[in-house]
Amino acid sequence: MAQNGALPPETRAADVAIVGGGMVGMTLACALAGAGVRVAVIDRERAAAQAAPAYDGRASAIAHASAQALKGIGIWPLLEPHASPIADIRVADGHPMRGVSPLFLHYDHRDVGAAPFGYIVENRHIRAALGAFAAGLSGLTLLAPAEVTELSRDSHRAEVRLADGGTVGAGLVVAADGRFSRVRKQAGIAATDLRYRQTSIVCTVRHERAHNGVAVELFLPGGPFAMLPMTEDRCNVVWTERADLAPAYLALGDDAFLDELRRRFGDWLGAIELTGPRFSYPLGVLHAERYTDLRLALVGDAAHAIHPIAGQGLNLGLRDVAALAELIVDSHRLGLDPAGPQVLERYARWRRFDTMLLTAVTDGLNRLFSNDIGPLRLARDLGLAGVNRLPPLKRFLMRHAMGTVGDLPRLVRGEAL
Amino acid sequence: MENEATRDRTVDDGEIAKFAAMAEEWWDPDGKFRPLHRLNPVRLEFLRDRIADRFGRDTRADRPLAGLTVLDVGCGGGLLCEPMARLGAAVTGIDAGAGNVEIARAHAEAMGLSIDYRFAAAADLSAAGRTFDVVLNMEVIEHVADRDAFLCDCARLVRPGGLMFLATLNRTPKAYLLAIVGAEYVLRWLPRGTHAWRRFVRPSEMAASLRRAGMTMTELAGIVYDPPKDGWKLAPHDLDVNYMAVAAKPGQD
Repeated sequence: MAQNGALPPETRAADVAIVGGGMVGMTLACALAGAGVRVAVIDRERAAAQAAPAYDGRASAIAHASAQALKGIGIWPLLEPHASPIADIRVADGHPMRGVSPLFLHYDHRDVGAAPFGYIVENRHIRAALGAFAAGLSGLTLLAPAEVTELSRDSHRAEVRLADGGTVGAGLVVAADGRFSRVRKQAGIAATDLRYRQTSIVCTVRHERAHNGVAVELFLPGGPFAMLPMTEDRCNVVWTERADLAPAYLALGDDAFLDELRRRFGDWLGAIELTGPRFSYPLGVLHAERYTDLRLALVGDAAHAIHPIAGQGLNLGLRDVAALAELIVDSHRLGLDPAGPQVLERYARWRRFDTMLLTAVTDGLNRLFSNDIGPLRLARDLGLAGVNRLPPLKRFLMRHAMGTVGDLPRLVRGEAL
Repeated sequence: MENEATRDRTVDDGEIAKFAAMAEEWWDPDGKFRPLHRLNPVRLEFLRDRIADRFGRDTRADRPLAGLTVLDVGCGGGLLCEPMARLGAAVTGIDAGAGNVEIARAHAEAMGLSIDYRFAAAADLSAAGRTFDVVLNMEVIEHVADRDAFLCDCARLVRPGGLMFLATLNRTPKAYLLAIVGAEYVLRWLPRGTHAWRRFVRPSEMAASLRRAGMTMTELAGIVYDPPKDGWKLAPHDLDVNYMAVAAKPGQD
């Protein structure tokens, strides 16, 4: 990997220019460069800043399918030491005062095969692993920190102009610059952008007893409260709360905050303590009206941001990566233009259905569960128990959680590009 | 010789004018040549794999066709020449429509590719004694007036041990229905009058013409439309409409 220090303005050429070097953008870059496609990644932040513990306190659920894709690209061995397998998912309706409803849905991975549902990995470890893997790829150039000032695209090529006066010429530009994507806006692609009146409070706790790989999701009136098993007897807590109440919880002192956590957490893991700062993120759902344009493709949150209720946001982005990487690499090996219809049309068609489905399902789940209306509460308790008694429906939902439903890209099937 | 092609007996004037009129549209993937753009991936995969087999190349390598010379006869706007050049081949493209050659040349330059385009007929190059590792003869023979003479000229351009690829339409009732009634009149994929059914070529006729030209047909493969992908796929045993053929020239490598 080449990296720029204080170089004079330069004219660079690549097959694909990726704007945004976050988790999705860097995974795509690694997949492409590893298969012989020349890639330039442009990011506003210094690479080391992204892997610092204070940059991103979140952890991600890496579904089985995403882990397969990361194996196919070759990144997985760097992540495995930091990955905590999810053997069991328990979903229950709860209330902080009344405790957890006795009717709950229990997913055991052994119902669908030997592999775990997925893994919980801290985002900072994912970012560090991607950086280390990218450093060994000769076809990958990371331009960071660098600001994009202009993007021009015509029928022959695309050109990204940088604040330092340099340019990157490429056949295809990929926008991986997140839900507030400037590339998407600049290209005039409209997006449906809804804010939930919810805020996600994220923190990591260490606990006395082992979690044994059990992930718990409680549906509380303010929003879902998830405990995700991490390495070293820790859990990542994703506590979704009403946006008007969240600031008060965030302002509490550590002891009072821990008391609030314990009321929701229960005592199944024994004593708990905070291991780091609390983070908060506003929640919303976003969906771009198109995933492609002339010499442009959107991936990850730039194309779609969904509610974290099912832990599918990054997985959806990684499935974009698996599909787009396969189409670009196949096209490259035929000598075809990376922005031809065999790439862009097929990408849009391939990804749109999957994404719309998950957006609707997660939005519906959140609306159904984030309230405290008596009859609805009873109905959903019965619903959860009902799903539990219907093995085929349960298996389908589990395979969906693992990401192994539908027409799968080679990487997701565990094959190399 | 460079720009002054001698009009030879195998090229039909009416047919040339038809394609020159369409030249501007060559590179618009959603324009008149949309079907060719959709057909390109499956054709290129077939060409690349057979060439790699014959010349011992690794299809996953960077520029797998480096060091090979390729001639595209009837190159049109360069839809096959450009990918072949990106795969590393030294490519020459000839076309009997001067407009096509201009379009192809301008496009390759804009894409930063070096391709030797000439307004010439196969007979011009064979008269000059040129030979190539691979000669592409895709969707041309159904437009030439004298198929045997044309194929003899093309065969002379293949160096001993080299390959010629052909693609054309079979002269079957199904081809009439799909390629002319369907593609030109119903779906309007192609301008009306693009094809004349009586000039379509049966595989047996192609094999015989190739044999008379000193080449051996080694493979036939059909191409059929694949509706779920709005693309095309190989169908080794369905030669009823579109098909491709590989012919080898005996001799040393």
